[in-house]
Amino acid sequence: MNLARVIGDVVVTRKDENLHGLTLLIVQPLTPEREPYGKPLVAVDSVGAGVGEEVFFVRGKEASFPFHTVEAPVDAGIVGIVDEWYVER
Amino acid sequence: MLLAKIVGTVVATRKDPRLVSNKLLVARPIDPRGKAEGSYLVAVDTVDAGVGETVLIVSGSSARMASGMKDCPVDAAIVGIVDAIEIAE
Repeated sequence: MNLARVIGDVVVTRKDENLHGLTLLIVQPLTPEREPYGKPLVAVDSVGAGVGEEVFFVRGKEASFPFHTVEAPVDAGIVGIVDEWYVER
Repeated sequence: MLLAKIVGTVVATRKDPRLVSNKLLVARPIDPRGKAEGSYLVAVDTVDAGVGETVLIVSGSSARMASGMKDCPVDAAIVGIVDAIEIAE
């Protein structure tokens, strides 16, 4: 799983039927120092995250597990909103 | 998931039988601001996308969860046509 910040959202009207009702957000992965690293990507939201929040997300087929038994075609999913993190230096 | 712009089509006569009658498109990933990045990829289309459209692509094993792709040998599927991308910064 990765730490990330939600930086935007995507509006998609015509989509796979198993994506209906799901929220698609753009997340920017972060280092522990809150610096962006890597490319932003689109992740599906299962916890009610919003733009500006720090979250963690899972990659791969596991991203669809929160929507079981629907087999949502997603490869990245936000599974938690971070209250705070602490990294020892 | 990736945001990408459709830039072309692929015609393949000899292919895996499970790919017969599926449409293959060439896509170029873009960042949320619309700038092209990274290398081109071939994705199977499940939502009737066309050249010039911005789409949502699911990759990896999750691509098989797209509509009609069960047990098909694919690792990238177009699952939505993007209407708008909103970035807050």
